[in-house]
Amino acid sequence: MSDIEQRVKKIVCEQLGANEADVKNTSSFVDDLGADSLDTVELVMALEEEFDCEIPDEEAEKITTVQQAIDYVNANLK
Amino acid sequence: MTKRRVVVTGLGVVSPVGIGTQTAWNNLVAGQSGITRITKFDPTPFASQIAGEVKGFNAEEFIPAKDARRMDTFIQYGLAAGLEAFRDSGLEVTEANAERIGVTIGSGIGGLGLIESTNDSYDEGGPRKISPFFIPGTIINMISGNLSIMLGLKGPNIAVVTACTTGTHSIGEAARMIEYGDADVMVAGGAEAAITELSVGGFASARALSGRNDDPATASRPWDKDRDGFVIGEGAGVLVLEEYEHAKARGARIYAEVAGYGLSADAYHMTAPNMDGPRRSMVNALKNAGVNPDQVQFMNAHGTSTPLGDTNETNAIKATFGDHAYKLVVNSTKSMTGHLLGGAGGLESVFTVLSVYNQISPPTINLFNQDPECDLDYCANTARDLKIEYALKNNFGFGGTNGSLLFKRV
Repeated sequence: MSDIEQRVKKIVCEQLGANEADVKNTSSFVDDLGADSLDTVELVMALEEEFDCEIPDEEAEKITTVQQAIDYVNANLK
Repeated sequence: MTKRRVVVTGLGVVSPVGIGTQTAWNNLVAGQSGITRITKFDPTPFASQIAGEVKGFNAEEFIPAKDARRMDTFIQYGLAAGLEAFRDSGLEVTEANAERIGVTIGSGIGGLGLIESTNDSYDEGGPRKISPFFIPGTIINMISGNLSIMLGLKGPNIAVVTACTTGTHSIGEAARMIEYGDADVMVAGGAEAAITELSVGGFASARALSGRNDDPATASRPWDKDRDGFVIGEGAGVLVLEEYEHAKARGARIYAEVAGYGLSADAYHMTAPNMDGPRRSMVNALKNAGVNPDQVQFMNAHGTSTPLGDTNETNAIKATFGDHAYKLVVNSTKSMTGHLLGGAGGLESVFTVLSVYNQISPPTINLFNQDPECDLDYCANTARDLKIEYALKNNFGFGGTNGSLLFKRV
């Protein structure tokens, strides 16, 4: 597992109160991990904090699964 | 139509003298102070550096971690006390009764700690750093809201905000809802977590707080001639109120009856007390219960340890009770807990109910040299066995808002 993948999953676990075992790359925040609309906003804020970046709202809306979050960070990390 | 009677069937406490009703009550009767130097922030620059902090509170014992993290501490305290009270009542929520059970747990100040820290984040990072949970994590009705969600309570759901009278008014208004038929059960009380830099700074700036920083345990000394202000406290006290026949039918333990409730305004000054407002509040509670002053034996007073307030309340008690005032035992548990502001009426109502149930007056500690102007029996320094048929609970708040509850032995 890449370093970024690990860090993303750790944040998802913390923010959504999910078990590590339940957080898979294909997991959807809302459908699989029980997130609501406020949870997803906070999750994106935590990713911004962790990776010291700013995720524009229109991009944030497209991040709905763990893999999409990993891909976004990989593509945009300076 | 005869009045529906309201009784107390559950109690919950988070306090500077202990978490959990039994622990807090035992410490209180033993005369233990919960006042220490402030640890929540560095109090060095502040005129008052002492407080009744809740020690060893772990929100996750009561609330799922993910939810707890997003709530200001006052909500966590209110929920912890509310959950304990509900469990203590033995009530089960069912489809049939859910709509008949409500919540009214208020706070005087609300989520100031989270407001301060969010403002720090905003200053550092701008609006993008404001959490989506900031508003629901700080507004005052979110104890009532969250408790209803956690337990499935679908009856009336409100929060009273009347400064240091919040808890008292919450319980009184909840009792009225049961009396009137809006609900059969109400979970009612108050919570506060305002030991924060801005709050302590603000009360200190108003010259309301004790400066006895070198001796925290004796700083809160109601009716002592060397009292120099109140000591800020935090925590929550919650009661389960229930319609009498409803409680009897299910064989519930009944701690006491809510016999009367009175309110009044001073219409005088924002922060300074006035004798006639508290007097009318007490008279209204007695009138509401149909009880004569000489039927009351015990009072858990507002008794904050401020120079003006303690003398004023003493005078108001004399004006209400006449000569009988000297036969009353008047106690201030704030001598041990400090002043929980919006939580005070909740916590002290729990203690008043336990005084009635156990027939004991806790002591007023730190009464070393009684102020000659305060010449009632304050149960100085040692708890006392006491025959209590009726007990009165007073609280008064900024804005000149007063509330009194009369509890009766059942």
